[in-house]
Amino acid sequence: MRISMDIELKDVPGQMLLALQPLSECKANLITVLHHHQKRTPRKTVPVQLILETRPESIEIIKAKLEENGIRVVRVGEHRFRESLNVVLIGHVVHTGIQDTIDEIDKTGFAEVVDLSLSMPGINLLSSAFIRIDAVGKEDLQKALNILKEVSAKKDLLMVLPIDIQA
Amino acid sequence: MKTVCCSILGFGAIGQGVAEVLLMKREYLESIGLEVKVVAVVDSKGATVNPQGVDLTDCLSRKRTSGTVALENITGVEVIRSVDHELVIETTPTNIKTGGAGLQNMLAAFQTGKDVITSNKGPLTLKYRELMETAIAAGSNFRFEATVGGSMPVINLANEVLAGNKVISIKGILNGTCNYILTRMLEERASYTDILAESMQLGIAETDPTYDVEGIDTACKLVILANAIFGLDVTFKDVKVTGITKVTPEALEMAYERGYVIKLIGEVSRERIHVAPRLVPINHPLAVGGTLNVASVDTELAGEITVTGKGAGPVETASAILSDLIAIYGNL
Repeated sequence: MRISMDIELKDVPGQMLLALQPLSECKANLITVLHHHQKRTPRKTVPVQLILETRPESIEIIKAKLEENGIRVVRVGEHRFRESLNVVLIGHVVHTGIQDTIDEIDKTGFAEVVDLSLSMPGINLLSSAFIRIDAVGKEDLQKALNILKEVSAKKDLLMVLPIDIQA
Repeated sequence: MKTVCCSILGFGAIGQGVAEVLLMKREYLESIGLEVKVVAVVDSKGATVNPQGVDLTDCLSRKRTSGTVALENITGVEVIRSVDHELVIETTPTNIKTGGAGLQNMLAAFQTGKDVITSNKGPLTLKYRELMETAIAAGSNFRFEATVGGSMPVINLANEVLAGNKVISIKGILNGTCNYILTRMLEERASYTDILAESMQLGIAETDPTYDVEGIDTACKLVILANAIFGLDVTFKDVKVTGITKVTPEALEMAYERGYVIKLIGEVSRERIHVAPRLVPINHPLAVGGTLNVASVDTELAGEITVTGKGAGPVETASAILSDLIAIYGNL
C-alpha cells in the first residue's frame, strides 16, 4: 500500500540517513522525500514528508525503527489523492515525448497522471491528449499544474484548462 | 416631446442597423416622449446632411444601390464641427492600431460638447482614459454598451442594474465567430481550416479572420470591461491572449466524451485579464453554442449573474445603441 509519513529530523548532519535506513531494512519502496529545509517546527526540527509503498505489516516496524533512531514520527496515513484536474494538451504531444511529460508529474510523488487518451490523426498533424492528474491536496495540484505549464511552454503545446482553474 | 438631433458616423452594417431600428422604433420613441432626428449620415465617401432631418429610408436605399450615402464631400469631424446636433452615434469600423476615424470623431464630439454612443471598440481599447476624461470635462455622456457582446447587456448590467454590487470577475464567450467555429468543429468532427472556410462562406467570419480567431477581439472587449467596470487603466498589451487556431476536432471530441466543451473564454478581474480556450462543463451556463455570446458576472452580493445573447448582427448591435440612447435621453 502507498502511505505518507510525516517525520521530523534534528537539524544536524546524518539525520536523513537515519531516516532512510529503516525503510531500506523493511524493503519499503520510497517514492518521494519532501524535505522542507526552510521550515522549522517549534521543536526546532525540520519537517519531512515521505511517500512510500510497503506491506501493511511493515508500517509499525518502520515506525518503531525510526523512533529508535531518534526520529519523531508525527503522522502516518494512507496516501490518498483528493484533488483532480482534467487538461487537454494540443501540439506535437507525441513527438515531443508524452512519457517525459507524464514522468515530470509522476516523479513529484504528490501528483500523478491517472488517465491519458491520445489522438494522433496524422504524421504532420497536431496530436491531442486528454489527461487527468490526481494530487494529494490543492497546493500539490497547483504545483503539478505549474510543472505542466512549464513543460507545455517548452514543448510549444496548447494547454486547455478547465474554466474553474486559474490559468 | 424632447427632440434629439443626432448624426450617424459610419454607415456600414451597424450604422444601417441603427437607421433601421430608429425607423422601426419611431412610434415607440415618441410614446416615451422622444423624437430622434438624424441630421447627418456619414460614410467613408462623404455625407448626407439636412438640419431638418435626413430621410433614413432614402439613405438606406441609396447605400444599397450605389454603395454610398454621400451627397456631399464632407467628413465625420467636419459634420461634428459644422452641423448643429447633440448626439454622435459612432459606428465606424474598429481600428485597434490607431483608433481610426472613430477616435477622431469621438474626441471632436466631446470637444464640441456632444454626447457619444458607440459600437466601435478601437478607440476605447487604445485611449479609454483620455476619452473618458475628455467626455467628463465637456459634460458629455459617453456610452458604449454595443462594444461588448452586441445585443447582450454587460456594461450597463454591471454598472447600472447591479449598482451597489462589487463586481469580482466577468467570464464569458465574447466572440461569436470563435464560438461558431468551435461548435461546428465538434458537430462535424471537421478541422479548424474546413470550418473556418464554411464560416467565411456564411459571412460569420471576416475575410481576414485573424482578429477574431487569435482572440484579439475578445481581448479588446475585456480591456473595455476592465476599464469601464473595474476602473482599471489597461490596454490591449495588458491581456494574455491565446486564440483557437490550434484547437483540433480530436481534442473537442475527447473533451466532449468526458463532459466538456472547449470554448474561447475571456476572463477579467482586478488581478488578471486573460483569453484562452478552456474546458467548460457541458451543463455549465457558459456552454452555449453557435454564434451566441455569454457573460457571467460574479458579484459580491448578488452572486453570479449570467446573460446570453447575439453578439453580432446589425439590428442586434443597434438594439444596444438604442438602449444607450434611451438611457441618456429617456428620462429628461
